Amino acid sequence: MELLFFGIAKDIVGKSSIDLSKNSSLPKSVEDVKLFLTKKYPDFSKLSSLAIAVNSEYAADDVVLNDGDEIAIIPPVSGG
Amino acid sequence: MNSGRYNRQTILKGFGLDAQQQLLDAKVLVIGAGGLGIPVLTYLNAMGVGTLGIVEQDIVSESNLHRQVIYSESDIGRPKIEVIKEKLTAQNTTTKLITYNTFLVKENALKIIADYDIVVDASDNFPTRYLVNDACVILKKPFVYGALHGYEGQVSVFNYKDGPTYRCLFPNMPKFDEVPNCNEHGVLGILPGIIGNLQALEAIKVLTGIGEVLSGKLLIFSALEQTYQKIKFKVLPENLLITKLQETYNWFNPCEVITSISASKIQELIANSSQIIDLRTNDEYADFHLAKSIHIPLNTIDQNLDKIDFSNPVYLLCQSGKRSQLAYKKLVQAYPKTLFYNISGGLNQYLTICS
Repeated sequence: MELLFFGIAKDIVGKSSIDLSKNSSLPKSVEDVKLFLTKKYPDFSKLSSLAIAVNSEYAADDVVLNDGDEIAIIPPVSGG
Repeated sequence: MNSGRYNRQTILKGFGLDAQQQLLDAKVLVIGAGGLGIPVLTYLNAMGVGTLGIVEQDIVSESNLHRQVIYSESDIGRPKIEVIKEKLTAQNTTTKLITYNTFLVKENALKIIADYDIVVDASDNFPTRYLVNDACVILKKPFVYGALHGYEGQVSVFNYKDGPTYRCLFPNMPKFDEVPNCNEHGVLGILPGIIGNLQALEAIKVLTGIGEVLSGKLLIFSALEQTYQKIKFKVLPENLLITKLQETYNWFNPCEVITSISASKIQELIANSSQIIDLRTNDEYADFHLAKSIHIPLNTIDQNLDKIDFSNPVYLLCQSGKRSQLAYKKLVQAYPKTLFYNISGGLNQYLTICS
């Protein structure tokens, strides 16, 4: 399972991806991913509008995850 | 139509004179003539879009030049809307250009957008982006979204044939301190050029029907890796049911009273040696500042309170009047006995009046 970070999420984490495949326990749902991120990087709790995509498809909180999933964390961006 | 002028695209298989005629008949509104708006306007104007509306109230500043490539050094201090009209007219005299020397706000959005077939959101802030979304949903106009962050950009076409909207991706507007803008965070000069051109391409596709419109897909471009990622997303039908604009799109509660003075009073303040606090970033300050002002970037205000004399009135200044409101709210709570004034419209307003 791989997490990809965009926009401010990339700045918060400090890199563009994290490979979770060696973790002992993996997030089971999109909501779990959000909890995992907020716990590990408290700045995520500031983001009120965060889109998450699983295998390039937008996913609601209740979407169930599988081991090989690619999960993109996409905050809104405003610059122009 | 001058078919010679557009010959290289009308001979294109799948485009032809019919598509060219559709461009000529089209009315496109571009919100913002900054980093994104410039490539959008330049190409739509060159390719023969018949009517282009432009909404912009900013002035050209030195720190715009690295990415807003239509503006020259000699344009610094001039209203962007004036400069861009000159340049676009020189580029294509047949385009009907309609300029709005204003920012898009709740009071004018529906009236301005109603006259156009499609909107290109080339703005640089969340309140405008949510306002554009809601107004376009109400008026049933498709709009081409583009936005930047650092080395990344996003593009999508929203509200196209009952497709998903901006709110289907990001339902609620982020709070003011959640996500930084280009002024605070920085942007690689070429990035708005790339993203703006992708927006122009999508606008052309919507207008002529060529190809597949980027509706229901968010394109994320990463400049450092040179990758394009497409995220599919679906319409949430409730987001198409918007029938009126929100009470406010500002980050501030309009019922909360902020004591403001007009930027036209700045000369007077300087003459009286009033205490003006400039809250902009180091770069913005280096670009231009008033002769007599105390520079404290908004994000360093907590560490620099000793630079402010709270026994005298404090006049808060920034580029557009937004950061000064933030500082106002913060300081007025901590120092309830001090007289604070927000300089509304900020330096943009001041320079427009005084140049």
